[in-house]
Amino acid sequence: MNVRRSRAPRAVAVVGLAGVLVAMPWIHATIPGVFSSSLNSPGTLNLLALCFVFGGLALTYDLLFGFTGLLSFGHALYFATGVYTTAIALSRWHWTLWHALLLTAAVSVLLPLALGAICLRTRGIPFAMVTLAFAQAGSILVMQNPFGLTGGEEGLALGADALPAPLVGVVNTHNLYWVALAFLAFTYAVGWWVVHSPPGRVWQAIRENEGRVEVLGLNPYRYKLLAFVVSSLLASAAGVVYLLLQGGANPEVTTASFTLALLVMVVLGGVGTLWGAVLGGIIYQYLDFRLVALAGAPALQGLPSVLRLPLSEPLFILGALFVALVLFFPGGLGGVAKRA
Amino acid sequence: MATVVLLTVTGLGLGALYFLIASGLSLIWGLMRVLNFAHGAFFTIASYAAWTAGEALAGIPSLPLRWLAGLVAGVVAGALVAALTEVVLIRPLYRQQIGQVLVTVGLALAAVALVEGGFGSDPKQLALPAWMTATTTILGASIPNTRVLVIVVALAVLGVLLLFLQHTRYGLIVRAGVENRAMVSALGIDVERAFTLVFAIGGAAAGLAGVLGGAYYGTIDPVRGTALLIFAFIVVMIGGLGSITGSAIAAAVVGLLQQFLNFYAATGSGDFAVVLLLAGVLLVRPGGVAGSIT
Repeated sequence: MNVRRSRAPRAVAVVGLAGVLVAMPWIHATIPGVFSSSLNSPGTLNLLALCFVFGGLALTYDLLFGFTGLLSFGHALYFATGVYTTAIALSRWHWTLWHALLLTAAVSVLLPLALGAICLRTRGIPFAMVTLAFAQAGSILVMQNPFGLTGGEEGLALGADALPAPLVGVVNTHNLYWVALAFLAFTYAVGWWVVHSPPGRVWQAIRENEGRVEVLGLNPYRYKLLAFVVSSLLASAAGVVYLLLQGGANPEVTTASFTLALLVMVVLGGVGTLWGAVLGGIIYQYLDFRLVALAGAPALQGLPSVLRLPLSEPLFILGALFVALVLFFPGGLGGVAKRA
Repeated sequence: MATVVLLTVTGLGLGALYFLIASGLSLIWGLMRVLNFAHGAFFTIASYAAWTAGEALAGIPSLPLRWLAGLVAGVVAGALVAALTEVVLIRPLYRQQIGQVLVTVGLALAAVALVEGGFGSDPKQLALPAWMTATTTILGASIPNTRVLVIVVALAVLGVLLLFLQHTRYGLIVRAGVENRAMVSALGIDVERAFTLVFAIGGAAAGLAGVLGGAYYGTIDPVRGTALLIFAFIVVMIGGLGSITGSAIAAAVVGLLQQFLNFYAATGSGDFAVVLLLAGVLLVRPGGVAGSIT
């Protein structure tokens, strides 16, 4: 009974939060210090939408790292697969959005299936290094601009006619915001369902003790491959939404630093909890955006250079924060909340 | 012919840089099971320490002397930062493999960002002695002297490391620790000191690579260490984790493969082929070509 009673207010809170998030484009209010313009301004909506995409992306990484215990350093590759496959189909081959999405879905299943089958022959830290190597190969490929497809360092901008009209332009930012919100809700629902499904339970068993799973007569390799493909496919979906939001692809998303950022997000929020990962992704993206603003803030200019230099580097602050979290709060924000 | 000679020496030079980074990674992994993502940061910090020392001594007219001072500053900085990393960040997380990887990731991000903030992201030139910018003719090919220098230094480091491992007491402890760490500490030997030592050695080698890399490429920048680190990881994986000789051979193969394919096939295809080679090696021998430390 107690459990039920405590759940009711939580459900109300969740529904309320969801309602506010959905209604955000109509809320003309300002939160000084948090957002630089009103809540329904395109700038704020775009920032929030990016936060949602990274929240969902962090969740997909958590499925792999937090729930199955697979430390991959190549998750950026699958996000980039979503970004670049869709971008190439749309702007180079002038496919319609639906055809491009079909192609992206196919590639996003086959690529992790093939690469995962190879990478999962190793385990532990060697697995991390092999996934890193494959992601690096992907990054090199994008940078080399094969057949003029990827645009190399320049990236690949989507033309105005590449997308359906409701998804184009600053006046339609609210539509993209809803797409990002829907993506996050969908990913969360799939994530929740999958970690509570029988294979999801086996994933968590593998994380705890792989040898024992094997002794029980299950083949860990298959379950790990399933986790790898599911999480990569969802990451590609995040890539598609990111592409729509940014209106183009940039090679930054293929780099190892991008995967490391994902790792920071998940550890920040709490490894092995769905909402923790989402929160970590949202906070990371928000900080990354706002710390750049902090770097130019007048308050900083008065400080001696010993203090000003580190504080004006967002990555330094995030990196140092990350080290402190790992050393002192291994559970991340989720762990802190649980302890409190 | 001249082209082949030039490509061979350049490829081996690149392999030499990989080896200097990979040897430390491999030793650290072999003894401590730590995947050190901050190794590229040691490289970067050392190259900027060398640049700072060179600038501070700008009054000295002798370029070779200034360069040597930079070399010493780089190697010392690499060793110190590495030892400090082990004591402050790695040691509290003893036996938490993932946690150790994560702090080195954080350190790598923070350190590179700090260097970028302090020195800017544009490439900087190290003041090089005249003979380093000159070329030598070998078998009809003009070889930049820096290529030869890097190769000679890497071979010397390989020799010193092997001598250290096989003929000194600490080398014995390191080798025994790689075989069975628990047994070594059970015998009452202070393994933790060996951990710090191995980190310092790895940091010094990465520092050496940082300074020599400045000569090899002509410039230094904050992100090259990270880029080289990824290939050093590949070298370590192909050579076999924990094997110094394996790393040396794999570094040479990877460097040569990259140079030749990037020249004769499309640019970037060499980098790509290296990753495929890694995939192939892992399919046949998941533990890498060599097994244990030698």
